[in-house]
Amino acid sequence: MSFLATVGYKSIHATESFGRFWTFAWTTLRFLGPGLFRYKTWRLVMPNFYEVGNRTLPVVLITGMFVGLVLAIQSYDQLAAAGFEQRMGILVNMTLVQELGPVLAGVMLAGRVGGALTAELGTMNVTEQLDALRAMGSDPIRHLVVPRFLACLLLTPLLTVFADLAGCLSGFFVAVELKNVPSEPYWYFTKDALERWDLMVGFIKSVAFGGAIGMIACYKGFHCRHGASGVGRACTESFVASFIAILAIDFFLATFLQGVYKALYGFKSLVM
Amino acid sequence: MAEVADKQATANPEAADVDGRPIIELVDVYKRFGDLHVLRGINVRLNKGETTVIIGESGAGKSVVLKHIVGLLDPEKGEVRYRGQVIGGMKRRALTELRTHFGYLFQMSALFDSLTVEENLAFPLVEHRKLAEARIKEIVAQKLSMVGLDGIQSKKPADLSGGQRKRVALARAIALDPEVILYDEPTTGLDPPRADVINELIIKLKQETGATSIVVTHDMASANKVADRILMLLEGRFIFDGTPAELTGTDDERVRDFVQGRASREDMMSLQRKG
Ligand SMILES: Nc1ncnc2c1ncn2[C@@H]1O[C@H](COP(=O)(O)OP(=O)(O)OP(=O)(O)O)[C@@H](O)[C@H]1O
Ligand SMILES: [Mg+2]
Repeated sequence: MSFLATVGYKSIHATESFGRFWTFAWTTLRFLGPGLFRYKTWRLVMPNFYEVGNRTLPVVLITGMFVGLVLAIQSYDQLAAAGFEQRMGILVNMTLVQELGPVLAGVMLAGRVGGALTAELGTMNVTEQLDALRAMGSDPIRHLVVPRFLACLLLTPLLTVFADLAGCLSGFFVAVELKNVPSEPYWYFTKDALERWDLMVGFIKSVAFGGAIGMIACYKGFHCRHGASGVGRACTESFVASFIAILAIDFFLATFLQGVYKALYGFKSLVM
Repeated sequence: MAEVADKQATANPEAADVDGRPIIELVDVYKRFGDLHVLRGINVRLNKGETTVIIGESGAGKSVVLKHIVGLLDPEKGEVRYRGQVIGGMKRRALTELRTHFGYLFQMSALFDSLTVEENLAFPLVEHRKLAEARIKEIVAQKLSMVGLDGIQSKKPADLSGGQRKRVALARAIALDPEVILYDEPTTGLDPPRADVINELIIKLKQETGATSIVVTHDMASANKVADRILMLLEGRFIFDGTPAELTGTDDERVRDFVQGRASREDMMSLQRKG
């Protein structure tokens, strides 16, 4: 009985939080449309752009670089054994652009920016600043969430491009400088295999990740428990939730976009 | 019927107090957070121009009462009315308009950390009044000098002392010249002379603007000085309602213990049992 009660209590609680999150997200999206055409919104967005971009560019570049290095090192031996080493650019760059670039840039952003956003808004929450905004007849979602959400949404794809770029260059460095793969076929095969569609997949994913990170981080800040420990806990929860959301969204988008590709162009083999 | 009253109240805001109707009215308000029943049937009518002080122990729900008055919290049961309009379940726009009639000094000041003092004070003005920048600067300077803090416009809240922050927050609360000012523990954490400056400010604001004030406090000196009427909140209800003189003469032991700052008999007994 007490087990059942616990399960019941937990599921009611989970359903409640779920509903609250989507109400929050819906309110944000409703303000987003009109907000795009207000000068005030953009004036509020700009400092956030700076925060997000400036804070994450270095870590994103480093992440991208190491991913490129590792991908190239790991794939070389296997491909060389089959005599395919000239085509290793396909594997390295395709994986980067479609998959690891967006996901790892997203994860870095979730840790670096998501955590900071939750801490900032959480502190405003426990020190009654959100209530003060409301009491002054202003909507904290419009005022605080919309600009931060926009900054995450717009900057994640941009930062992902930097991660991709760093990865491509470092992968190229390993292949050509360390493993002596001739550079011309390396790029030739890459260009041949990598279509605009693949860039599109990476882009769509990164936009979705950015949206998820911004929304989750702001939600967690707005709904943290009072006291300093509440803010700390909200930050951790915010990162974990964003991380899981990124992986889940990645899986669903990969499945969905693959279906779309097949429907549009049919199956494509990378090997032949 | 209620709708008719609403329309009248909006059409002619002064009509509400012509026949002595209260400006704020709480009718049988209940509120709980999870299993914690904070308010259990609050009933009170506040008259225009009066200063009402709410006293009560920490955690009694005094801040919760204030938050109901501006619609930051919605009652579980019961109604909160401002000039006859029910606040709960109002449309967002109506609520926004309504809130411009209120000034709220928060317990923790709640100044925006990322903005300067000037931007903090200008915030409600920019949000709700279409004014030239120079005029806003002028109002900001005037409100700051009212609370005795000239020339600190460019400072950040983090650079101020607790007492200064409270006074800046008070200046922000009165930026829109509100009809009703809510003070949540305005003197807590201040040294006695500074606390008295705040008391004088509350009295001065009432005299100059005719504002209706609600002051939440533990500070009995402050309560006796500013109050026209004192309410005591205990276990979710108002157990005392009267003038400062009546408070001194009360024979309700729970009220006397609080006013004189004495541990209650039960508290003493439980201490002795443990010791
Ligand atoms: N948003 C909330 N969610 C959950 N519980 C709350 C919330 N707001 C207040 N409470 C609880 O309601 C009770 C009353 O809180 P309130 O802040 O009104 O006390 P108070 O009388 O103002 O005390 P103090 O003098 O310490 O400020 C407390 O136990 C508090 O924990
Ligand atoms: Mg309080």
